[in-house]
Amino acid sequence: MIEAELSRSVARWCEGATGVTGAAKLSGGASQETWRFDIVHPDGPIGAILRRSPKGYGAAPTRAAGLAAEAQLMQLAFEAGVPSPRVMHVLTADEDLGTGFIMQRVEGETIARKILRDDEFAAARPHLARQIGGVLAGLHRLPLDKLPELRRMTAAREIGEFERDYRSLNWPKPVFELALRWLRDHDPGPSAEETLVHGDFRNGNLIIGADGVRAVLDWELAHLGDPMEDLGWVCVNSWRFGEIDKPVGGFGTREELFAGYEAAGRKVDPARVKFWEVMGTLRWGIMCGGMMQRFREGPDHSMERAMIGRRASETEIDLLRLLAPRGS
Amino acid sequence: MQDEPTPIELTKAVADFLRNDITPLISGHQAFKLRVAVNILDLVTRQLTQEEGSDAKEVERLRALLGMDGSVNDLNRALAERIAKGEVDLATPGLAEHLWQTTMDKLAVDQPNYASYKRELSRGG
Repeated sequence: MIEAELSRSVARWCEGATGVTGAAKLSGGASQETWRFDIVHPDGPIGAILRRSPKGYGAAPTRAAGLAAEAQLMQLAFEAGVPSPRVMHVLTADEDLGTGFIMQRVEGETIARKILRDDEFAAARPHLARQIGGVLAGLHRLPLDKLPELRRMTAAREIGEFERDYRSLNWPKPVFELALRWLRDHDPGPSAEETLVHGDFRNGNLIIGADGVRAVLDWELAHLGDPMEDLGWVCVNSWRFGEIDKPVGGFGTREELFAGYEAAGRKVDPARVKFWEVMGTLRWGIMCGGMMQRFREGPDHSMERAMIGRRASETEIDLLRLLAPRGS
Repeated sequence: MQDEPTPIELTKAVADFLRNDITPLISGHQAFKLRVAVNILDLVTRQLTQEEGSDAKEVERLRALLGMDGSVNDLNRALAERIAKGEVDLATPGLAEHLWQTTMDKLAVDQPNYASYKRELSRGG
């Protein structure tokens, strides 16, 4: 049982801890798992989260920064005042838990539809777009010399990867071809400024409470690149969950996002943001294709994965709305 | 020729059974999986109902656009290649209309409740 190994682990680095209870797996593919548990402590239980690759799954997928880098980034963000869980411990080999880390559990909601509809978040919602701008500005300001080793990405390199992934699906999609052409024709070139890019900053990867953004999660796609990428990705229509007139995660306007970003002392380039929104829409469409492929070839032969394959068409309509809008 | 009920009627019967009789009995993660299963059957029913008609019209548009004949798959492959080569683009008469119609037909099967689709539908298809 994982609780026995976790109990041994916490006894080593959490002073006073006597064990753990309530370990439950929250999510997990073959190579990466998330568990929640409580550390038993004389001062009261401490909520914690384990992110790990089980033993035998040491190698991260090529695009992922890796769990060690993720832990380092979250800790850096926490120290810089960017809403992030505090990393409590990085796993060592002798603990028999695989590779990964343990972090403080932040209470709140991550399910986008609940955040967009439940009364609990009604007071926070109107402020989220602007607040997200401030959070992204803080994230983009993390000192480069303290970052772990990360991939360096440019739009051109990313378009090349999209094209390779799309062609490998052997899935003729005229709308995707059109988007690939558009992206090549409109690539604004390398960004003058290279910063940390979160890579998957969107509604669904944020812990939100009644008071607003409490934590930024899922740093596994972090890389170095154009900061405007994060601003474009958070606006992709699929992350608006039906609130299509509120581009920023279904919360608010681009103007609010940009104002929050600039109030925190950083500059927005709206044309680049738009470019990255098109990039992001195609990226999600190709990811849906990848889900279809994984469903077909296993090991994850789940209905959910199959149905995500059928979400590629949502990105086609959104690409057409961006690239060939019809008169209103 | 196969006998009846048709695949559409059979699939719909299973979906209705799961939705009406089984859903109230199940909770938690299994209830979520059941909802996905019912959604899949509903999608299949929509596809069986609409595919023949929409594919025929798609082929007709593709023939006119490309000046060649073939299956819906062959023609889509040919169009994809021409767009990739830059031989066809949004300035090509009929391309935008074709892509819009084809995409609307896909959404009608995949996600008729997707907000962008509903917005575009309210513009008149």
